[in-house]
Amino acid sequence: MPDLLIELFSEEIPARMQARAAADLKKLVTDGLVEAGLTYAGAGAFSTPRRLVLSLEGLTAHSQALREERKGPAATAPEAALQGFLRSTGLAREQLELRDDKKGQVWFAVIEKPGRAAAAIVAEVLEATIRNFPWPKSMRWGTGSLRWVRPLHSILCLLTDEHGPQVVPLSVDHLNAGATTEGHRFMSPGRFAVTGFDDYAAKLKRAHVILDPAAREAQIWHDATTQAFARGLEVVPDAGLLAEVAGLVEWPVVLLGAIAPGFLDLPPEVLQTSMRTHQKFFSVKNPKTGRIEGFVTVANRETADHGATILAGNNKVLSARLSDAKFFWENDLRTVHAVGMEGMAAGLAHVTFHNKLGSQADRVARIEALAREIAPLVGAAPDLAAEAARICKADLQSAMVAEFPELQGLMGRYYATAAGHDDGVPEACEMHWKPLGAADDVPTDPVSVAVALADKIDTLTGFWAIDEKPTGSKDPFALRRAALGVIRLVLGNGVRASLIKAMNTGEKGHIFHRVAVKEREKQDVLDALEVNVGAREEITTIRRTATVETGTRVLVSGSFDDGTALHASTQVLDLLAFFHDRLKVFLKDQGIRHDVIDACLAMPGNDDLTLLVKRAQSLAAFLKTEDGPNLLQGFKRANALLSQAEAKDGVEYSYGADPKFAETDEERALFTALDQAEAVLTPAMKTEDFAAAMAAMATLRAPVDAFFEAVQVNSDNPITRRNRLNLLHRIRSLCAQVADLTKIEG
Amino acid sequence: MASKAAAPRSFQEIILRLMTYWSAKGCAVLQPYDMEVGAGTFHPATTLRALGSRPWAAAYVQPSRRPTDGRYGENPNRLQHYYQYQVLIKPSPPDLQALYLGSLQAIGIDADLHDIRFVEDDWESPTLGAWGLGWEVWCDGMEVSQFTYFQQVGGHDCRPVAGELTYGLERLAMYVLGVDHVMDMPFNDPDAPIPLKYGDIFRQTEQEYSRWNFDQADTAMLLQHFQDAEAECARILNAPGLDKAGRLIVMAHPAYDQCIKASHLFNLLDARGVISVTERQAYIGRVRALAKACADAFVLTEAGGAA
Repeated sequence: MPDLLIELFSEEIPARMQARAAADLKKLVTDGLVEAGLTYAGAGAFSTPRRLVLSLEGLTAHSQALREERKGPAATAPEAALQGFLRSTGLAREQLELRDDKKGQVWFAVIEKPGRAAAAIVAEVLEATIRNFPWPKSMRWGTGSLRWVRPLHSILCLLTDEHGPQVVPLSVDHLNAGATTEGHRFMSPGRFAVTGFDDYAAKLKRAHVILDPAAREAQIWHDATTQAFARGLEVVPDAGLLAEVAGLVEWPVVLLGAIAPGFLDLPPEVLQTSMRTHQKFFSVKNPKTGRIEGFVTVANRETADHGATILAGNNKVLSARLSDAKFFWENDLRTVHAVGMEGMAAGLAHVTFHNKLGSQADRVARIEALAREIAPLVGAAPDLAAEAARICKADLQSAMVAEFPELQGLMGRYYATAAGHDDGVPEACEMHWKPLGAADDVPTDPVSVAVALADKIDTLTGFWAIDEKPTGSKDPFALRRAALGVIRLVLGNGVRASLIKAMNTGEKGHIFHRVAVKEREKQDVLDALEVNVGAREEITTIRRTATVETGTRVLVSGSFDDGTALHASTQVLDLLAFFHDRLKVFLKDQGIRHDVIDACLAMPGNDDLTLLVKRAQSLAAFLKTEDGPNLLQGFKRANALLSQAEAKDGVEYSYGADPKFAETDEERALFTALDQAEAVLTPAMKTEDFAAAMAAMATLRAPVDAFFEAVQVNSDNPITRRNRLNLLHRIRSLCAQVADLTKIEG
Repeated sequence: MASKAAAPRSFQEIILRLMTYWSAKGCAVLQPYDMEVGAGTFHPATTLRALGSRPWAAAYVQPSRRPTDGRYGENPNRLQHYYQYQVLIKPSPPDLQALYLGSLQAIGIDADLHDIRFVEDDWESPTLGAWGLGWEVWCDGMEVSQFTYFQQVGGHDCRPVAGELTYGLERLAMYVLGVDHVMDMPFNDPDAPIPLKYGDIFRQTEQEYSRWNFDQADTAMLLQHFQDAEAECARILNAPGLDKAGRLIVMAHPAYDQCIKASHLFNLLDARGVISVTERQAYIGRVRALAKACADAFVLTEAGGAA
């Protein structure tokens, strides 16, 4: 059982691509070998800046001989069918056999695949892997046509068994596989031969290359924390940076440096970002002061002066960078002291947000109007929310954010504080961008919540209005993230509000109206219409039919006296459906089934997400109890019987079930149970106490079961039958107050 | 690799050592192109010569202008006029990285004491319709060069591929000479009878050009010149192939000069702040269209590899 060692040695591979590339190499080669009939016992993939490495243990020396029989077309089949069969088998006609089959003579192909030596298979698979490697970006070099992430210099490919190593004969364009490699570019120049993986890893280490990226990471982290600890400092953890830095070095040497005192007053985030982005330095904190006071840089070599020259050089570069940052910081502070955040924001009028949605200043004005409307719903003072909205994008005009876009929001908070804003306004400048990712915290301060909601709803309504909706994997304006942000803000803060109303709010009627008008009408009637639209806000409020089918089809009725309003309203409902889709994904992650959500979406008030989720959670909990699924069966049986009878008789059995026509104890018991449940359930629904309502519904389970056990609904006596059908209707209508249980599966 | 050399003492010594080094490695040592460009890449010795099948090896200093980077000579690192050192070799030799490292050794950067790294940096020039893959080269955490394998120029695939090295001369020299402010850097030998610092030569011009670039350049005139250059470029390329004596002469270079002009005029307009974000893309697209047309013309010429 030989072992296989592959090394693809190239010029420096981008750090961010290395891990994926090592995994791809492993997958492509092992898949290819297995496909060709080989097996292996274990596989390990590694990467350094200059090499991708795969080591396979216990590879089978040969693939098994294979014999395959395939049945082809009948002898009487048209010539074309036979030709197709020959093509698919790769055989000639005289190689086929005619055999008797049930329906006559049929062509058979017998394909013999002899076993092949591992070396031949490896050569084939590795060449195909190299030629088709899935680099995110690849290039050509010199006169060749081969593509690799950077020029590929050598291929090491060895099969090693008890007789020793054997180079797998393989060539890819001008490169021939061999048994040699190189060590560290500077510390151990020159090529050397290896005999197998253990020998390879050991010799690399002597040649100043640590092959395993995890080992490089561990060493960097160990050395960094040890050095910092010795000086009473702490390294700020940064897993992403650690992985990146480990991909930039083959022989990591950790150097700890101090930040010059003149820069220590910069906001710590500025220090960290500047060091991380430009220099790939770790930040080092003084636990006593809480300040960032030092940095760790990782060099790729040892030197005679123990890194003194390297550290001095890095220090100098850092000082130049931080001088820039300090210059931006002081300049920006001067600006806000002189002209305030509004002054800093003035330039937003000249920055295009989107050419159909106006400038950033236009956007800010819309957010301000909307934030003012939303504020009371989230417990914020409208004036404060408006103030925060007005200045929340000002830092986009600051020199610091121009240099470090990732500091947007945070700098807004610093500058708003410096400009004298308070009462949650500076915090809103930072937090209104959030939540960004699924793991990001949701703002909870009312002013922040108001502006964050306004910002995201404006983005969504704006892009909906100009028909830039996400399609498939394309979501260039991150609208799914914005919708999820709204959902998390609403749910996280228990906000009770109608999304439809929020989407219809804003300056001078909503952007939906304005954009729709713009698209439909000539410029000269635009102004008149805009005024009209504002006044007609009441009329255009959407009246829906009793059930709004969200997610699939939207039924709209109402007094739309021009196409503009209709366009706007269908847009709003379309966007609501988008919210519902995102909500389904969000709740599914929390273990709530899609049919449970559908059952709740079918209820009125489904644009109030907090109410919707509360209902869904209660229903999901109810369905997990023993009574839940049983009652559901009872409900479905009642509903089915009733619907059949109603269809057959052409009448609606919806009124007048009377206990005095009850013939059995089970019927009478159900009357009593329904009365009792209704007495609890109806008021509970009014106070949105879904748990109590579901509990009341659960009490119906036993009586309903007993009723169906003992009673035949379709009695020969028409009065009894009618009374029983009307009784079933009471079950249906009582349950329908809670959710549309017909949507529940099972 | 070159043997360890004594540390250079001036800006010009660093330039001379690079010249000597790349000359010894077989490059034609060219002179700067006599037009205003934003970077050494714009020199036809790079842009046009990266195209076509004919081998090429050239090295040169290119004075470069980036009007928006002007800081009136006050910023220690930023200048609106600076120098790039440019090397272009086609096809890219297999040992280009080693050749490059040798050049650092030649200007006094001892690889045994410094930490030199190749950090991913893909290069793209939207105005030239060009892109390539490579790195920025770091010395002790400072970017000292850009290293690019050209894949496309003017919309044409580069076959063979050219390797391009660009050294930001002021920054590199400041590092080698241990100078913190560019204006304090010795330009000639500090022991020369008349020692001159970078600031003695360029502080005043940085002030003058910064003022002109930012406040005074006549934007209406610049706009007109942009349109003129664009029109002339098209006119040159649309001229009949045969001259009055019946010779076939494609005028790729004169057309490309107009493209260079348009590009620089765009940079000036940009510095004057009269180009909006949305217009910006449109202008870049117009310059790219010129660059593409010039590349299309060049590949029809003898230097462009046409038979």
